[in-house]
Amino acid sequence: MAERKRPSLVLAGAEQGNLRALEDYRRAGGYASLEKAQKMGPTAVLEEIEKAAIRGRGGAGFPMGQKASFLPSPEQATAPIYLVVNADESEPGAFKDREIIDRVPHRLIEGVQIAALAIGAERCFLYIRGEYLSEYEVLSAALAEAEAAGLVSVPILIHRGAGAYICGEETALLESLEGKRGQPRSKPPFPAIIGLYDSPTLINNVETIATVPKIIELGGEAYAEIGVEDSTGTRLFSLSGDVVRGGNYELPHGATFRELIEACGGGVAGGRKLKAIIPGGSSSPVLPADQIDLSMDFDSIQKAGSFLGSASVIVIDDRACMVQLALRLTQFYMNESCGKCTPCREGTRWLELILRKIEEGRASRAELDLLLDVCDRILGKCLCPLGDSNAMIVASYVKHFHGEFEAHIKHHSCPFGETSSLAGLRSPVDEIYRGRVGQEAAL
Amino acid sequence: MAELRAEIQAIAGRYPDRKSAVIPALRLVQERYGHLPPEALREVASALGTTPAYCRGIASFYDMFHLAPVGEHVVDVCTNASCALVGAAQVLQAFERELGITAGETTPDGLITLRNAECLGGCGSGTVVSIDERYRQPVRPEDVPAIVEELRRG
Repeated sequence: MAERKRPSLVLAGAEQGNLRALEDYRRAGGYASLEKAQKMGPTAVLEEIEKAAIRGRGGAGFPMGQKASFLPSPEQATAPIYLVVNADESEPGAFKDREIIDRVPHRLIEGVQIAALAIGAERCFLYIRGEYLSEYEVLSAALAEAEAAGLVSVPILIHRGAGAYICGEETALLESLEGKRGQPRSKPPFPAIIGLYDSPTLINNVETIATVPKIIELGGEAYAEIGVEDSTGTRLFSLSGDVVRGGNYELPHGATFRELIEACGGGVAGGRKLKAIIPGGSSSPVLPADQIDLSMDFDSIQKAGSFLGSASVIVIDDRACMVQLALRLTQFYMNESCGKCTPCREGTRWLELILRKIEEGRASRAELDLLLDVCDRILGKCLCPLGDSNAMIVASYVKHFHGEFEAHIKHHSCPFGETSSLAGLRSPVDEIYRGRVGQEAAL
Repeated sequence: MAELRAEIQAIAGRYPDRKSAVIPALRLVQERYGHLPPEALREVASALGTTPAYCRGIASFYDMFHLAPVGEHVVDVCTNASCALVGAAQVLQAFERELGITAGETTPDGLITLRNAECLGGCGSGTVVSIDERYRQPVRPEDVPAIVEELRRG
């Protein structure tokens, strides 16, 4: 399959290397959009963002323009308006924000300044996951350079997290930024009304914000022509797993999994057979291999029963035991549940126990029903999507790979045994949790 | 100590609410002590006008804080989906073999703590290993002896 020309918007100018230095970014046309936006004024900038119809790149896919429209105007607001950038990228399979920060940090800073101008923000906070130390350093250096050049009129504070997946959820992020445990808030009120420090707050993902300079440069309408209806523009698809060339590939929405996996990624590693695709990070329900020609846009993936999420595509070949994969991901959600809502805190642990029994060949047929029953008891009953994600993905593994679950139960062992690509896998839960609590006795 | 207190208060001054400085302050103090002993939590609490219990509650929530001593070097091996598919289990086992410890433990000489980690955000070329917060990727089982040797040499 011939590789078609890939449009470069978010990573524009960085094809041959990084654009970390201000001078290089400027030579590639950097900060011209900020200047243009300053001349246009806030209302016109917001109009362009609305016309671009850009949907959030963090996972939920909510239109950025609409989110911004929920904010009070600076004249109406009784408290300072804040802009928060979510750089807490922690979704298993996602590594695009890291590359944006590493390679085009000024585009993010420029986007922050344009967005701040558009909403009349008094200050900006950029919450970066704690593990991204090198990226924090790159971004800090770029910010210092931009400040020295007088390009930062709305102050930006970079705040490092300290290792908690849940802080990627926007209200948990706000709690964490306020110096609390990262536990999601009850909504409403939404952050646009009561957000950071009880102030009206717009929260957007790194990639969303880093797209804003291009929207201003091209104009909202021209931007909206890229991609497909309801999923405009390009996306940085994070490709990983059993593929020859993993990495981030910028493609327009509407490209197919086949284009990404085969043309960009060089196909399934070792010429093996594709078994399944995770389309949008670990939290999106798994899709069977026959979906390879599906269009990668929000609506098409949703119609197929999953989510585009953070556009993190994980390729799974036929050596993987899907029970084991479901178990490992469940251990992640169990480990990362913040503990606030009972269905998530207890439910993820139940899912883990049952999946472990199935994987080890100790489960009965009735326990497979119990597994799905626990999924139902989590779904829609928590404050944030963490528990829901676990429930939905487990149900999807059972649905699409039912035969594998049945085989584990029938033969009282994992049919893949040592031939599974995941053989011998353990999770942090094993070391931290299992050793201390005699929970095996509970089942 | 007075200097540390002043440093924490300077960080707190950057935020609309000084409580926001809890995480940066804990990080600062952990860099000083290697982990967060009770006196470290007391210092942060006192500088920010909160309680040591509150600080402990924060520290225990986030993976990057250590309430107990850890080795001079901390090695985190990602075993989440993308890395798992390309052999993270074997990489973790290679570290265990080379170090003579199990994930979650520290070598008897106090040099290296090995941890089984959740996704570190480097999925495109696994297995991702973070050593003292610096990423190495991709790491294969055969790379492990040289990495451990490098850490031992210092």
